[in-house]
Amino acid sequence: MANLSMRVEDQSTKKVRHSSSRRYWNRRTNVAYLFLLPYILFMLAFGLGPGIYALIISFADYSSGLPRYFAAGIKNYLAVFKDSRFAFTFTNIGKFLLISVPVGIALVVLLALLLHMRPGRVASTLRTLFFIPGAAAGPAVVLLVIFMLTPQVSPFGFLLKLMGFNAFNDLITPGSLAFIFLIMGFFVGAGMWIAIQYGALEGISPEVMEAATMDGCNEWQKALYIKLPLIRPYIIYQFILIFAGNVQLFVEPQLLSNQTYIHANVPLVWSPNQLAYSFAFDLGNFGAAAALALIMLIIGLGASYLMVRWTGFFKIEN
Amino acid sequence: MLTRWFNRNVRGIGFLGSILRWVVLLIFLIYFVIPMIWLLIAPSKDTSQFSSLNSLAFGSWAQYITAWKNVFSYQNGEVFLWFRNSFFYVLSSLLVSLAIGLPAGYALAILRFPGRSLMLWLTLITMLLPASALVLPLFMELNLVHLVNTPWAVILPACFFPFGVYLTYIYYSSSLPSELLDAARVDGASEFDVFINIALPLAKPLLGLLAFICFNANWNNYFGPYVLLNDDKLFTLPVGIQTVLGSTSALQPGFNPTPGAIHFGYAEAAVAGLVMIVPVVIIFLLSQRYVVSGAFTGSVKG
Repeated sequence: MANLSMRVEDQSTKKVRHSSSRRYWNRRTNVAYLFLLPYILFMLAFGLGPGIYALIISFADYSSGLPRYFAAGIKNYLAVFKDSRFAFTFTNIGKFLLISVPVGIALVVLLALLLHMRPGRVASTLRTLFFIPGAAAGPAVVLLVIFMLTPQVSPFGFLLKLMGFNAFNDLITPGSLAFIFLIMGFFVGAGMWIAIQYGALEGISPEVMEAATMDGCNEWQKALYIKLPLIRPYIIYQFILIFAGNVQLFVEPQLLSNQTYIHANVPLVWSPNQLAYSFAFDLGNFGAAAALALIMLIIGLGASYLMVRWTGFFKIEN
Repeated sequence: MLTRWFNRNVRGIGFLGSILRWVVLLIFLIYFVIPMIWLLIAPSKDTSQFSSLNSLAFGSWAQYITAWKNVFSYQNGEVFLWFRNSFFYVLSSLLVSLAIGLPAGYALAILRFPGRSLMLWLTLITMLLPASALVLPLFMELNLVHLVNTPWAVILPACFFPFGVYLTYIYYSSSLPSELLDAARVDGASEFDVFINIALPLAKPLLGLLAFICFNANWNNYFGPYVLLNDDKLFTLPVGIQTVLGSTSALQPGFNPTPGAIHFGYAEAAVAGLVMIVPVVIIFLLSQRYVVSGAFTGSVKG
């Protein structure tokens, strides 16, 4: 009910806004460009510029060591497709996306909603504790990977043994890698997204929540029918970033494959992004590396395009 | 007493629901916290104790202090210098990126102008660009203007923060009441006034969110500074620590200790990890005060 009346109100204000926006057209347009100018300059210098240069590199020939621009045509792209590891890495990442994107988003939203049922000191303490692993990087992560996933020395050892894993290599098998990377990635990345979704929930107007309480909603109904729809833009944003980020998975497989001292049976190149690094730094083929990086970008962009079109995400709503 | 307990825990959630809620939260609490407790304890153990002791048992204070001393005495305390560098780089780029990102995100959300949708797409594209595609072009670009191996090489690229612009865009477009802006415009306020006096004060929770996200991302950024800096006096903390661990550490395969040099084992690596984590946690705690303050409480009565 509350939702419905809100929507009616929105439409009436939209009309008012429309007539006033025409009057302010020129001035507001100029102001908009002024507001955007510094951002556009930085974008050109450190985002778009380098991106376009990467596109040029993807058509350059590096076989002599120095780049010969536009000499390669689409050879670099063909080299990527023909590489024996191409199908392997993309199958891997496909499986990983299939589990990591829905599970990751669902759990983050679930945890944010559960915390937000009782905002207060407990919720904020838990939110902080969930976030702390996100601050861990480099050496800490390496240590944690070794010692959490080795059943003999892990605090979770009894649990791992209960599930039938008695050694590191029982746990780390080709079939389980996608799950292991999900567990590692969620550990480091979830806290930030929980904080973002929680922030979104805090932004919901108190009047809406009061109205829901008056209508006799319990906390679960509020979460499902009011809070969840209202944080939709943030969930879409999370989807776009998580999907594209997970296509570019690099750190987790790299950490596991690099660790010769734990004798992991993890392939050296598991994900497409590792393949890109391998092209650049093992083979010196920066052209193919750039081509592969752009292929990953296009996959991420394709997913976000569908999402944006499907949800009308870019429309000015109120 | 009992009613207070009931109100706090069960009301509106249900008895079974409360139990379910706490079971889920506790499972994830264990998942997130146990490894961090382990990391906090880790410097107290010598290398053999890592496998001989119970995983969450404490080794000794003497070993704990030794591990910290080993890290901080490396090259006469170069770690302090790296810490200061990191802090300076990250804070500068944080301030600049907010100063250019907030107006941009606000304009994308509130103002209508030709090219708006294009800007949103470009923001999205540059945000999703793989770092592996950007490193080489960035290096060549900064090399061209002779900024490689200067603090600018780290600070400037980090000032471009499309993630924040996008979040600002969502924040304003999903929760800034347009009645409020229209009211101000009718009163004769310029667009600039509206932004400074209305939109900006309402962005407090957003600022908190952006500050820790930006801080965290740049604080942990390893690859960029690693490629763009080669003077160890300019290193950031992650790059510095990685070179120490790379040259002396048990974490490196095929490592042969130099006689007389400080041996960096698991305990020292754990200390290095903790040194990295503490500032981020402090920033997070500070910024969370802003995030939870009910952005639009009472701004518009519906």
